[in-house]
Amino acid sequence: MASVTDAELKQMTQEERVTALGMRTEALTGKTLYVEFDVDAEERFTYPWAPDVDFNKRTELDTDNMTTTEVNSAIRDLMREGYGTIVLKNPRGKHSLGVGILSRLNLIIEGSTGYFGVGLIDGPNVRISGRVGWSCAENMMSGTVVIEKNAGSTFGAAIRGGDLVCKGSVGSRTGIDMKGGTILVGGDTGALSGFMMQRGRMIVCGNAGKNLGDSMYDGTIYVGGEIKSLGVDAIEAELTDLDRAWLTRKLKQYGLLPDKGVDHFTKVVAGKQLWNYDNLEANEKKLIL
Amino acid sequence: MCGIAGLIHKGKSSAVGSEMTAMLQALKHRGPDSTGYAVYGTPTEGDFIMRLKVAEAEDRAKGRGVHQLIRDRIAVVEEILKEHGAQVKSKDAATEYALRYVLSMTGDVAAMAEHIEENEGVEILSFGNGLELIKDLGDATVVSEQYGLTGFQGTHAIGHTRMATESDVDIKSAHPYWAFPYNDVSVVHNGQITNYWIMRREMERKGHRFMSNCDSELLAVYTAHNLANGVSLEDSLRNSIQEIDGVFTYLVATKDQLGLAKDTMAAKPLVLYESDDLIAMASEEVAIRAILPEEIDTTDPYDEEVRVWQA
Repeated sequence: MASVTDAELKQMTQEERVTALGMRTEALTGKTLYVEFDVDAEERFTYPWAPDVDFNKRTELDTDNMTTTEVNSAIRDLMREGYGTIVLKNPRGKHSLGVGILSRLNLIIEGSTGYFGVGLIDGPNVRISGRVGWSCAENMMSGTVVIEKNAGSTFGAAIRGGDLVCKGSVGSRTGIDMKGGTILVGGDTGALSGFMMQRGRMIVCGNAGKNLGDSMYDGTIYVGGEIKSLGVDAIEAELTDLDRAWLTRKLKQYGLLPDKGVDHFTKVVAGKQLWNYDNLEANEKKLIL
Repeated sequence: MCGIAGLIHKGKSSAVGSEMTAMLQALKHRGPDSTGYAVYGTPTEGDFIMRLKVAEAEDRAKGRGVHQLIRDRIAVVEEILKEHGAQVKSKDAATEYALRYVLSMTGDVAAMAEHIEENEGVEILSFGNGLELIKDLGDATVVSEQYGLTGFQGTHAIGHTRMATESDVDIKSAHPYWAFPYNDVSVVHNGQITNYWIMRREMERKGHRFMSNCDSELLAVYTAHNLANGVSLEDSLRNSIQEIDGVFTYLVATKDQLGLAKDTMAAKPLVLYESDDLIAMASEEVAIRAILPEEIDTTDPYDEEVRVWQA
């Protein structure tokens, strides 16, 4: 990656860019185009083509009579103009608000959103004062999303990074297929949370529904309250000092630390009884996790 | 996919017709094929409201003969009403094929309903003291205006916008379903029932009739069967979670109650808003916001959740 400069990337077509960044699917079929990571290279915190925004430049957008597409295009236009703090007013349960934001941004949503709110994001810090519907922040790559009220099902589906926080209770299948990052829930979570989880951590301060961590490959789930039942191949593990220190730090950061501390949390991990990778080719094995 | 919605006012009447229209219009994207309403007005003892259809909307494509056919069917229905001692107090027709009768009667309602439905193409959509069940092809506003629902006052209502996946786009497969022959009970459902044929045959062996091949009709028949056997609405909803397979969230309304049940996987959505005097629920929050634009607190019911509210 180090061999490509930002200036060069900007000049390239999207097709050339993915090749230069080593993101081609050929890597999966063996004809690898993988580019070696260079430790000396300066880390790239933003996409080269991301708009340059100033957090102190703030604007408000009344979304009442706008369609989802209009709101999302307006956010992009405002970012191009350099606005770094955007407040969305009156969302009233609209779906797919603030999706696909791939740069730094302070996004504040005053009210509740519908399905797929702030999905596919990479970088922004989002605050939502209301409730969110199903699949909030699905496929998030990085950034933070903080929700003040409750959230729907499939909260943080397949996220790869970032912190996703819901101060209220969430629905079922929280963190399904998650591959990284952290999900923090202040209240309870429903059935099949952490289903097929692959990496990352999930903290639930309240109770968890049935089949918690069903078929999880890896990753860690911490539950403060009762667990109705554990799923297939999910087992309890010992809470270490390292876990306690991390939980305390993480929960304190978002104001969710319970008065009685974190000693009562139950730690759930994969029992690894379903791991049957031995009959796979060596290359496939590398790709799965 | 389908969209469902329900609302119930506690201890007061409100414009539930226009409220439900606004909710269902907001859910149009979940199902544009047909829209249905079950609204509950103030019941008058001894007076029954019967809604029925004597043809499918698509029958009109058959040609001029259908008008005569419709007239003949209506004449037969009215003959049967007379035979069972039902006195017609008023008669309206929102469309040529959809009629509303207000009847005064004391006899056996089930026997009369069965007799009426013996006729080809005739189906009773609803029967009861308070219930008015309306369903037709088109979106919420179209159906609501066609049937003059805007001014309807009542305590509670359920509604449905349908995306047909398991059966045809027609009125008989549209929701809500009346729990034949049980007065004032209606059902809307979002999901798929996977043991439909097993359960349907079981219900048929017990003597119940099915008018369509729509899996949701099973829930109405199942509920009617339970209520007829003295099971409470809450227990019927709770038993259904174990006895009926598949993914479902469904709402049942009776003369003075509204109930919900969610399957064991919580696979179908529902957003719930509860306050002291109003409870509203819908597949998506946008529908609730259509009648409550101000900031509100809403929740998602969990798996196997059963709730019943009293009007």
